[in-house]
Amino acid sequence: MAYAERFKAPTSLSEKEFTYCPGCSHGIVHRLIAEVIDELEIQGKTIMVAPVGCSVFAYEFFDVDGTVAAHGRAPAVATGIKRASPDNVVFTYQGDGDLAAIGTAEIIHAANRGELITTIFINNAIYGMTGGQMAPTTLLGMKTTTTPYGRKENIEGYPIHVSEVLKELSGVAFLARTKVTTPQDVIKTKKYLKRAFYAQLNNIGFGLVEVLSTCPTNWGLTPIESMKWLEDNMVKEFPLGVYVDKVGDVY
Amino acid sequence: MEKAEKVMVKGTEAIGEAAIRAGCRLYFGYPITPQSELTEYMARRLPEVNGTFLQAESEVAVSNMIYGAASTGKRVMTSTSSPGFSLMQEGVSYIAGAELPCVFVNVVRGGPGLGDIQPAQSDYFQATKGGGHGDYKLIVYGPESLQEAVELTIRAFDVADKYRIPVLLLTDGLLGQMMEPVKFPSFKNLNTLPDHSDWALTGTKMQREPHRVTSFDLDPVKLEKMNIQRHEKYKTIVKKEKLFEEYKLNDAEVVLVAYGTMGRIVKSVVDTAREKGVKAGVFRPISLWPFPYEELGRYTENAKLFFTIEMSFGQMLEDVRLAVNGKKPVEFYGRTGGVVPTPGEVLAKLMELV
Ligand SMILES: Cc1ncc(C[n+]2csc(CCOP(=O)(O)OP(=O)(O)O)c2C)c(N)n1
Ligand code: SF4
Repeated sequence: MAYAERFKAPTSLSEKEFTYCPGCSHGIVHRLIAEVIDELEIQGKTIMVAPVGCSVFAYEFFDVDGTVAAHGRAPAVATGIKRASPDNVVFTYQGDGDLAAIGTAEIIHAANRGELITTIFINNAIYGMTGGQMAPTTLLGMKTTTTPYGRKENIEGYPIHVSEVLKELSGVAFLARTKVTTPQDVIKTKKYLKRAFYAQLNNIGFGLVEVLSTCPTNWGLTPIESMKWLEDNMVKEFPLGVYVDKVGDVY
Repeated sequence: MEKAEKVMVKGTEAIGEAAIRAGCRLYFGYPITPQSELTEYMARRLPEVNGTFLQAESEVAVSNMIYGAASTGKRVMTSTSSPGFSLMQEGVSYIAGAELPCVFVNVVRGGPGLGDIQPAQSDYFQATKGGGHGDYKLIVYGPESLQEAVELTIRAFDVADKYRIPVLLLTDGLLGQMMEPVKFPSFKNLNTLPDHSDWALTGTKMQREPHRVTSFDLDPVKLEKMNIQRHEKYKTIVKKEKLFEEYKLNDAEVVLVAYGTMGRIVKSVVDTAREKGVKAGVFRPISLWPFPYEELGRYTENAKLFFTIEMSFGQMLEDVRLAVNGKKPVEFYGRTGGVVPTPGEVLAKLMELV
């Protein structure tokens, strides 16, 4: 593929400028999703469900039909859309506050039903949009505006491992945890995203890709420091890899 | 079920069948007494008509599933009872904000809290004055019989589609559990249902600009504009969609005001009162929002007294007072906690008042 061809904006991204801070992973992940939608040629039948959080505008960044769910309820909204129109491809895009706190029930049950939807789960260990409060994924000892002395297990409990919890559910067809801090990771993440969509397109089951992500703004670090902090701290707590893959080797 | 014949059915089943005949092919629900039979009916019946039934993990999820399904422009409904409807309020507010058509049924039971499973009318405020956050309205219907419940269910889908607004059938366990002969209309041809292709989420098919269904805009001026447009629509609904019944009101000196099953009970009270020489009649609001204020208010000219009867501490009472506007006295009688006032006790109270 020629250089210019490879780096032109994916058709599935809209013209709208991203609202994300410099160094935030949301932007990279958006682009990867759009590339996958383009390559799978599903743009015309894709419906996106945006969350509440920094990516609340995500439905405007993709050139597909879309809506915004209430905080945490994207899997339920996506279930309603998918059940009403099974021919469409439906994906949710959710942060850790959205998916792992207020929306825990919705994600577990959608995954367990094997709902034919795809979820992109952005784990940045913090609430971005509301200004850096503790998320369920916040690391022990990590300072946030609501854990100013650091998260303590005897007060706030432990960081929740979403992929490890979901991998036990029979409805899950594809599940992986990844990051986008290096070019290799980016390539791998795109492959995972594709498989998660394949799980839906081939009626195999629920697909989720958890992406360890940066929030330079609320971590109080530069973009480069953030990447390093993620590598040094988050990867230890949240092991990377493919947790479930029932998609088969046709792809 | 033949279309023109009357058949004996249970309340919850009458509503379910009416919804299916109205073209509803999607139901999301969660069991709660006294309406679980409606959920069960849909579980049995929808697969027979190629429809979709799903029991959700909670009422919170239900209302958000309804949001999703309604955003595709298809006819969708749920039913629940009071504590369940409280949980659904999150979705109701978002649905109202995003202006999506769908139908909710609340078979009200005694509250607050877990309350009991007996019939009540204590969710009137929640139904008609909001319940979720924000400035929004639902069209709310209170049927008095199964036949009326069937007709209002079908109407509910039609007005929901016409105005892009959620519609609520507010009923209670008494109606839900009773059996009555009902005449069902024939099945709607799904191809003739209103076309929502101008806004619904169906995928662009690479032939149009993306559709975006949301309830929000972070720009206050734009959000206000959205809200104003919605309120303009509400004004049209107030003008055009009021429903009520007037029973023996021509010469009435006492106007009994009651809705739903209570409206039905007080009709027999009025019959007996008239035998005793009391000129009484019943004004029964059928649409609880929009409430027929002017229509009820007109009776202040000839009536001496208004008498509101409810299965609550007096919630519709406030709307009756607004309609009467201080021109005549408004008395009240109510029982709560799932106790249904008997015609005898309402009559005794009426005779005390006159
Ligand atoms: C019911 C409800 N509770 C709280 C909020 C406030 N809120 C908005 S975004 C957010 C946190 C989002 O964090 P996360 O999902 O991690 O996404 P991020 O902003 O980090 O991308 C919260 C608590 C809300 N909008 N709705
Ligand atoms: S606040 Fe954090 S998560 Fe939100 S856009 Fe900025 S960097 Fe990204």
